[in-house]
Amino acid sequence: MTEPTRAHSRARSRTPARDHDDRPVVTGIGVAAPNGLGTPAYWAATLDGKSGLGRITRFDSERYPVRVAGEVSEFDDTEHVPSRLAVQTDHWSHLGLTAADMALRDAGVDPATLPEYEMAVVTASSSGGTEFGQREIEKLWSQGPGYVGVYQSIAWFYAATTGQISIRYGMRGPCGVICAEQAGGLDVLAQGRRLLRQDARVVVTGGTDASLCPYGLVAQVSTGLLSTRDDPERAYLPFDDDACGYVPGEGGAMLIMEDAAAARARGARPYGAVAGYGATFDPPPVPGQEPRSNLRRAITLALEEARVDPAEVDVVFADALGVPARDRLEAQAISAVFGPHGVPVTAPKTMTGRLYAGGAALDVATALLAIRDGVIPPTVGVRAAAPAYELDLVRSAARDGPVRNALVLARGHGGFNAAVLVTAA
Amino acid sequence: MTTFTLDDMRRIMGGCAGVPETLDLAGDIGEVSFAELGYDSLAVLEMAARIQQRLGVRIPDDAVDEMKTPQAAVDYVNRRLAA
Amino acid sequence: MNTANAAGAAGGGAVREMSAGEARPGTRRRTRARPGARRSRYHAGAGRRVVITGIGVAAPGGIGVRAFWDLLTAGRTATRAITLFDATGFRSRIAAECDFDPAAHGLSPQEVRRMDRAAQLGVVSARQALADSGLTPGDVPPERLGVTVGSAVGCTMGLEQEYVVLSDCGRQWLVDPAYGVPQLYGYMIPSTIATEVAWAGAAEGPVALISTGCTAGLDSVGHGYQLVKEGTADAVVAGASDAPISPITVACFDAIKATSPSNDIPGTASRPFDLDRNGFVLGEGSAMMVLEERDAALRRGARVYAEIVGFASRSNAYHMTGLKPDGREMAEAIRTAMRQARLRPGQIDYVNAHGSGTRQNDRHETAAFKAALGEHAHRVPVSSIKSMIGHSLGAIGSIEVAACALAITHNVVPPTANLHTADPECDLDYVPLTARDTRVDVVLSVGSGFGGFQTAMLLARDRGAKPGQRGGRA
Repeated sequence: MTEPTRAHSRARSRTPARDHDDRPVVTGIGVAAPNGLGTPAYWAATLDGKSGLGRITRFDSERYPVRVAGEVSEFDDTEHVPSRLAVQTDHWSHLGLTAADMALRDAGVDPATLPEYEMAVVTASSSGGTEFGQREIEKLWSQGPGYVGVYQSIAWFYAATTGQISIRYGMRGPCGVICAEQAGGLDVLAQGRRLLRQDARVVVTGGTDASLCPYGLVAQVSTGLLSTRDDPERAYLPFDDDACGYVPGEGGAMLIMEDAAAARARGARPYGAVAGYGATFDPPPVPGQEPRSNLRRAITLALEEARVDPAEVDVVFADALGVPARDRLEAQAISAVFGPHGVPVTAPKTMTGRLYAGGAALDVATALLAIRDGVIPPTVGVRAAAPAYELDLVRSAARDGPVRNALVLARGHGGFNAAVLVTAA
Repeated sequence: MTTFTLDDMRRIMGGCAGVPETLDLAGDIGEVSFAELGYDSLAVLEMAARIQQRLGVRIPDDAVDEMKTPQAAVDYVNRRLAA
Repeated sequence: MNTANAAGAAGGGAVREMSAGEARPGTRRRTRARPGARRSRYHAGAGRRVVITGIGVAAPGGIGVRAFWDLLTAGRTATRAITLFDATGFRSRIAAECDFDPAAHGLSPQEVRRMDRAAQLGVVSARQALADSGLTPGDVPPERLGVTVGSAVGCTMGLEQEYVVLSDCGRQWLVDPAYGVPQLYGYMIPSTIATEVAWAGAAEGPVALISTGCTAGLDSVGHGYQLVKEGTADAVVAGASDAPISPITVACFDAIKATSPSNDIPGTASRPFDLDRNGFVLGEGSAMMVLEERDAALRRGARVYAEIVGFASRSNAYHMTGLKPDGREMAEAIRTAMRQARLRPGQIDYVNAHGSGTRQNDRHETAAFKAALGEHAHRVPVSSIKSMIGHSLGAIGSIEVAACALAITHNVVPPTANLHTADPECDLDYVPLTARDTRVDVVLSVGSGFGGFQTAMLLARDRGAKPGQRGGRA
């Protein structure tokens, strides 16, 4: 069943003269992750298999069924974000603003020197300013309408991070916000690429999420997909026979995407290029029937667009929900395209928890770092991938080896599938 | 009778609208406009709302427009408290 | 603002190649399209073209396209005292509400229970749009059908209602997990609305929720337009939905005094461009449209309401809620959309304004129109349907696109209701009170939102297609 796809893309990938200038490059990365704030700290921890999961400290989680999460514990909202900006934004935006600032510095982009309408901002958010919103709804319902602060109107809504980044750096090009839960973190790269093919030259993209407040956690718990284990080392075990749901986290990554020629012209050193993207949607679940997933088609769309043969893919960053039925669907999609044990698969999100839109953006950042350093970061905690999945899961320790093409997968709650192929520039 | 002081105002400003990056709130800010201090119209609305709640004085919409400086806000509030 | 350079800035070489007489109100000034011409002059370039072939609307004043269009063309208003909750104690206690019975519009008890009001409104209008288009899976297979839905505040209503239960009316910061309903997470993520619309339309192609605040409805249609144009999808159900008339959203606009406090005159409180305006009136609703690749739509004999010929957005990078009076970035978005469409200002027959009814907005966009359209800004009819159906945040942009497509179909410009004495600084033709019969071939619709986002879209009559005479069936 996989043959037609393989033959098809192999034929195309042999085309000698590839014009890669339509592939935007990533020139800057900013990371705010539970196991590291800033790219160097995050990458070192990730290669060492150091997890950021632990007991929730942002509030007293004792009475909740989920008590373990990935918190960006080094992050100080008032230290990392200017005070006037911090009061009018949620923690989720604080993480996003900080990551965006890191990414711009990393890219060496000085917004003040670029044409204002050619800088765009497109970020993904799953749940907006949940903690801020909870505080203001609490004031409303316990004290009255006059107690709702003025910043509720601009802090809670899903566009807050994009708008504040645009204002902070004077970016007057197109702004965008895409919500597709985890998949949104990849969808924004496709939108950023679209804008670069129009009249933008630099796009700030990526995403963060942070809903580790009481109401946000209870909302997440309502799906029944979260892990209720108290041992951080045994709580999140995707593809393991012992998988028991996922651990929620906060944070994410921002990326600076540029037109390849423009980046080259200014002497930037790209991490890699966004070469392929595919997005599909699942049909609604039917009671009593096996769920049908369109993840495989998202993968083949991304590979075909990148003109990359499955055999040329060096690693797959899995969505890795950690829920057995969903892990099986993902493993089936991967095996259908790459064959059984056909490609190294990894889930560094076992060290951060599921960061939703921020998680998919962080996986792209991680994939680009893997390409840069020629090493595949590990999936921690998993003792053995369930044999039935037929996956070559990179467990326990990082695996050396050249990484030229990396595929990132993301599934958003409600049926969203997205795949992005990043490649060495 | 309670009076509302510039220090009270400083606490409200910093507490609900944040601290400007370039100026020290502890300094001589009474006659410096909110705009120059780095507070926009939303920030002033937020300060007015907190003052109303803390002191129980009503500040109508047009009065907020007239509060151009911290001292102007203090003076307005004290006039209302005395009335 | 310098208005003299606008026409020049809007035109590139391509514009100058085209011939068209200068517009004059009430005159028929353009040559008829050549019979059988396959390519409209709006598209000299190559590439796939995108047309609107189905419309569904669930708006204040009536559910369905007919009720919607009747309200707009009669100049009636649907703003009233809030009934969805007890608004005692709020500064603004008026809104434009939908009289909406989900069961009467085909939602099953399961769907009603599962979906937040915004999702319900979205699904109802999406089903209308699909039925109106006549599109079947035989025409476009599920994997080539996409969905783009705009929403500013997503499922806030459901999220707030459940919070009240879990927190015991806000008394507990540590909410009680025992009372969480299974759909609670679906309320926290706005993408649920796109999920429900995709399920309703059996779409398995690209699906996204666009949440750029109050421009989300225009941006989502623009997103869908781009998906079809670039070939990622062959058809897209594109639109938006918002149901913000709940205490937290009303309270947050109270806090910044953005909404009208004219609680004693609810029916006439939404007064864009009027000297006596004092803020916007919150609304709710949804509009969805079926966008299709033009050739395929014509092959299957679809009725075409209009073609989307330009879409651009810019940001002011100025303030999350504030607008500079010069309207500079909105003007830039309009110029960019005109360049894409290869249209000159004089070819625009109607401008659907953002027209929210805040003093700041009305002056901002009046300046933007003058900057982008030059002298033509004074000749072209401009109106705001928010005067009648309020401002439904992310939904309104799509509802306005639907109104623009209907304006082209019926050659009628909807009015700005409640406009009795124009603000002297707003000196354009805002079509006060009464709808106007006039030839409408090209329409500009704009949106402006929190975050500083400014969006412009251009729609045009598709002369090569069968005219959309029948209007909405739904």
